[in-house]
Amino acid sequence: MNNIISGLRARLAPVADRVGTALEPVGRVLGMKSVKYPLRTVGVLLIYALPILHLPLINTENSDFSGVLFTVGTYVLVALGLNIVIGYAGLLDLGYVGFYAVGAYTVGVVTSEHGQWPFFLALPLALVVTMASGVLLGAPTLRVRGDYLAIVTMGFGEIIRIVARNTDWLGGAGGINSIPSPPDIGPEEGLFQIPHLSWQYGYPTIDDRVTKVLHFGVLDATPYFWMILTTIILVICADMLIKNSRVGRAWEATREDEDVAELMGVPTFKFKLLAFAMGACIGGLAGAMYATRVGFINPPSFPLMLSLLFVAAVVIGGAGNRWGAILGAVIVAYLPERFREFADWRLLVFGIALIVIVSFRTQGLFPGRQKKRVAQAEKEVQKLEEGAEIV
Amino acid sequence: MEFLIGNFAELTITGLVLGSVYALVALGYTLVYGVLQLINFAHSEVFMWGTYAVVWVLTLLGASGTSSLAGAAGYLAIALVAAVLMSGGVALIVERFAYRRLVRQNAPKYIILISAIGASFVLSEIMGLRDKIAGFLGLQGVLGDYVNNPRNTSTLPVEIKPEPVLQIGNYMVRDTELLIIISALIMMFVLDQFIRRTSFGRQIRAVAQDPEAASLMGANSTNVVRLTFLIGGVMAGVAATLYMIKVGATGFNVGFVLGVKAFTAAVLGGIGNLRGALLGGLILGIAENYASGILGSEWRDVTAFVLLVLVLLVRPSGLLGESLGRARA
Amino acid sequence: MRAIKASQLLVVGVASALVLSACAAPADTTEGGSGSTESFSIAYQGPLTGADAKYGEYAKAGIEIALADYAAAYPDGPTVTAIYSDSQGDPAQAPALAADLINNADVLGVVGPAFSGETEATEPAYSEAGLVTVSPSATRVSLSEQGWSTFFRVVANDGAQAPAAAKLLTDVVGAKTVFVIDDASAYGVGLGDGIKDALGDKVIGSDSVEKGSTTDFSATVTKVTASGAEAVYYAGYATDAGLIQKQLTAAGFEGTYASGDGSLESTFIETAGEASEGAYLTAAAGAAGDDFVAKWDALTVSDKGSIGVYSTEAYDAAWVILSGIGEGNTTREDVLAWVAGYDAEGITKHIKFADNGEIDGAGGVYYYLVKDGDFEAPVAID
Repeated sequence: MNNIISGLRARLAPVADRVGTALEPVGRVLGMKSVKYPLRTVGVLLIYALPILHLPLINTENSDFSGVLFTVGTYVLVALGLNIVIGYAGLLDLGYVGFYAVGAYTVGVVTSEHGQWPFFLALPLALVVTMASGVLLGAPTLRVRGDYLAIVTMGFGEIIRIVARNTDWLGGAGGINSIPSPPDIGPEEGLFQIPHLSWQYGYPTIDDRVTKVLHFGVLDATPYFWMILTTIILVICADMLIKNSRVGRAWEATREDEDVAELMGVPTFKFKLLAFAMGACIGGLAGAMYATRVGFINPPSFPLMLSLLFVAAVVIGGAGNRWGAILGAVIVAYLPERFREFADWRLLVFGIALIVIVSFRTQGLFPGRQKKRVAQAEKEVQKLEEGAEIV
Repeated sequence: MEFLIGNFAELTITGLVLGSVYALVALGYTLVYGVLQLINFAHSEVFMWGTYAVVWVLTLLGASGTSSLAGAAGYLAIALVAAVLMSGGVALIVERFAYRRLVRQNAPKYIILISAIGASFVLSEIMGLRDKIAGFLGLQGVLGDYVNNPRNTSTLPVEIKPEPVLQIGNYMVRDTELLIIISALIMMFVLDQFIRRTSFGRQIRAVAQDPEAASLMGANSTNVVRLTFLIGGVMAGVAATLYMIKVGATGFNVGFVLGVKAFTAAVLGGIGNLRGALLGGLILGIAENYASGILGSEWRDVTAFVLLVLVLLVRPSGLLGESLGRARA
Repeated sequence: MRAIKASQLLVVGVASALVLSACAAPADTTEGGSGSTESFSIAYQGPLTGADAKYGEYAKAGIEIALADYAAAYPDGPTVTAIYSDSQGDPAQAPALAADLINNADVLGVVGPAFSGETEATEPAYSEAGLVTVSPSATRVSLSEQGWSTFFRVVANDGAQAPAAAKLLTDVVGAKTVFVIDDASAYGVGLGDGIKDALGDKVIGSDSVEKGSTTDFSATVTKVTASGAEAVYYAGYATDAGLIQKQLTAAGFEGTYASGDGSLESTFIETAGEASEGAYLTAAAGAAGDDFVAKWDALTVSDKGSIGVYSTEAYDAAWVILSGIGEGNTTREDVLAWVAGYDAEGITKHIKFADNGEIDGAGGVYYYLVKDGDFEAPVAID
């Protein structure tokens, strides 16, 4: 009897260890056993509270702040997904909006156009469908290398949009309307209600606007923001787990030198496909949330330009660094709303900003750690070569 | 299918015309790619600025009414010069502000791509905001009609009436169509010879093949890059003039869509390969027309991209392969 | 070294632009009325920047005139300002803007949403908040079928225009065969399909060319000429309408060309050039009269937009709301009730709304013939 138990224990111990190691990053996120724990909690709570606080200077004047925050949230989610594709696996995807569209259309089709599924049932389906579409699109295209991949993915992004437009089953050119909000959790007045603040001359006062917690109405975007923020936090945790696993290292190897990685026994195609599918899945998640918030999707909502903005977000933030990608997404989505008074000049200023940012930070604002290492090594090589030239 | 067979000559020739414009713009992408291995996203706007040069110059010269192609030849020649200067100039500006610093620092490719996308926004928005910019500089009164309604379509002040000149199959080819196809072929030939035979061309090929070795052999790589952008710009200027003869109208956002197609054409033929750009452009133009005929125009862009994917699956570096550096002298 | 300097200049430029923006007062508010100390706002939701900015500019022209007229007609009424909310016509951006207008208690009514897509995305919120919207240009049929209590439009929907356009082609033009082209947008497909339904087997061919995706329509032109159609109807917007007609004429097409209200602006004639002569344009609206143009010319507002498609509808939409405020309706509830019960002559048509927010009696549909490089006075199709 004792033998059996000790045998079991011996067998289970490594498993438990492994689980422990796998969960370690989660612990790190939560800052367990660390002084950073309270600070991080406050930080996260502050982000949750943003749409309630309406802080001066960051509040958007001419468009609803919680609505803007939700939009920023979708970009952040997209950037996290695209960061896996571009940053980790080094695959330049210029058609990422396609997956965003697939997620949105899946929700649109099953909740409004051809069914009455509740959103929380449609969401997992959207994930499965986008992941499958990632595999389907990736399987032929990922055999193509480097810059060719950019144009091919761009083509696929366009194909998805045009097919949606030409297919009546998907709503055709008119799109899909009346996509329902997620069902309320708890009573219709919300679990409880939180009043908003408004600021005058630097002093906060309590506004008569209230947000109903977990009530997804059409007027208040705050619950949607909380939903997407929670999703973002979960995705970040998953992202940390994967990045530090064997998969993450395989991606890095593939990105830095595909041939060498292949020689070292990394099945690069399989890993690239995995990156593509995971990226697609997160993009689809963002699209699904967009669809349920706006309630209406049509093909022009998913233009090629959006793909470029997504790539810009990841790259100026620093491809390969999830925090960089998040920052990039915030810049790309938030600044144009914050500076609405620029009106017509926004896109021009944005273009100038892109040029300026990348010309000063040639690795993005927050380059990934591996990127830094590689850049350092390259610089050294270059220095050596330049030295040789002088001699 | 019946429709395609019945109108084969017409669809082929109009496809070739469209393809010629694609090809000339594709050259800009292919040259820059050949030398720097970068996608010059701003090239489409270089083309767009060229189309405006044509409009402005003809307005300045007071051209109006309608005219045959031959009747407007004088005007068009001047417009061609203006468009070439404009596009060439804009291309150099793009190189200077969006590329040079980053290329020197050996920045990652996609960083430079973002810079080029930024430049593309800036160029198209400057055109779309030209009334406000002119107002800002106090020039609105002077520039007047050149800057008014910047977000709207700008049309060529003189309308060019195409005349049928040549019967091919059951289609009468028009003089404008003939002009466009022939000009594109001539430009391609001239450029091909330039790259193959002149010392500038040799330097471009050298840098494309091995920048470091080329610089050791005395090629100034900055100058070569500048020259590459300039040539791309000149070709875009020619394309812009031909485009305006054919279409007669432009807008601040015409570049983007045409640019995507031209870039597709360049990749289709084998990016970095001049003859590939021509072949890719012509094939794409014809394929789009055939597909529009058979499947309906709503599927033409899908056809273009599906064709691209199929070609790349069979020939991973395009129909003719990448070869700017390897072109034999 | 020079490289750094130039880039530094750019940084300084951006920085100073940021400072400027921080100093700038909230842009785009224009005063009208002056007598009372009370002040309210009407809002416009539509594209003021981006590819479709010109439609916002056109609407702005109408709204500015309506504000000036309001100030003249109700000198003792409350001060009303206009808030121009730039959605770029984008359903993704519109909800946050709508929420902001809803949260702004001064806003009593909205002119817009300009496009059908953004209407789908924002009207549920307006409806729940009870903020009335009167659209000058959202023409999708289904918009009035969704039970929104605040949705009104002063423009006939695509369903009303299509049968009239079909009638124009068969009765006025006398065409026995028609080729229908749409621009693959929701507007174009809706209108085009409506015409196909109304014409039945007179339609001998159709094609769909995506708005803004190309300027070369040779395959479509070949289809038209090969079909031998006597008339072509293009359901889409002005630039493409002009280009298609020009290319058709160049290819030897001699039949009649017609298009819809989306193409009813001078851009169409400029783009098509001489080929536009004899083209028909259908629209559910009369022209901007000389009176309207004179008022627009007299406006002293610096940024007053320009007159074009739906300018007059925007005027009517704004006037419906403004006259309500002038008559002493100063709560959202009252303004909504005022609009629902509105019954008076507008400048485009008689304005009275059915329960679903459509113009009651659909108004007339007119055609405009292009002659000598200009639109002739509209003629009713009946």
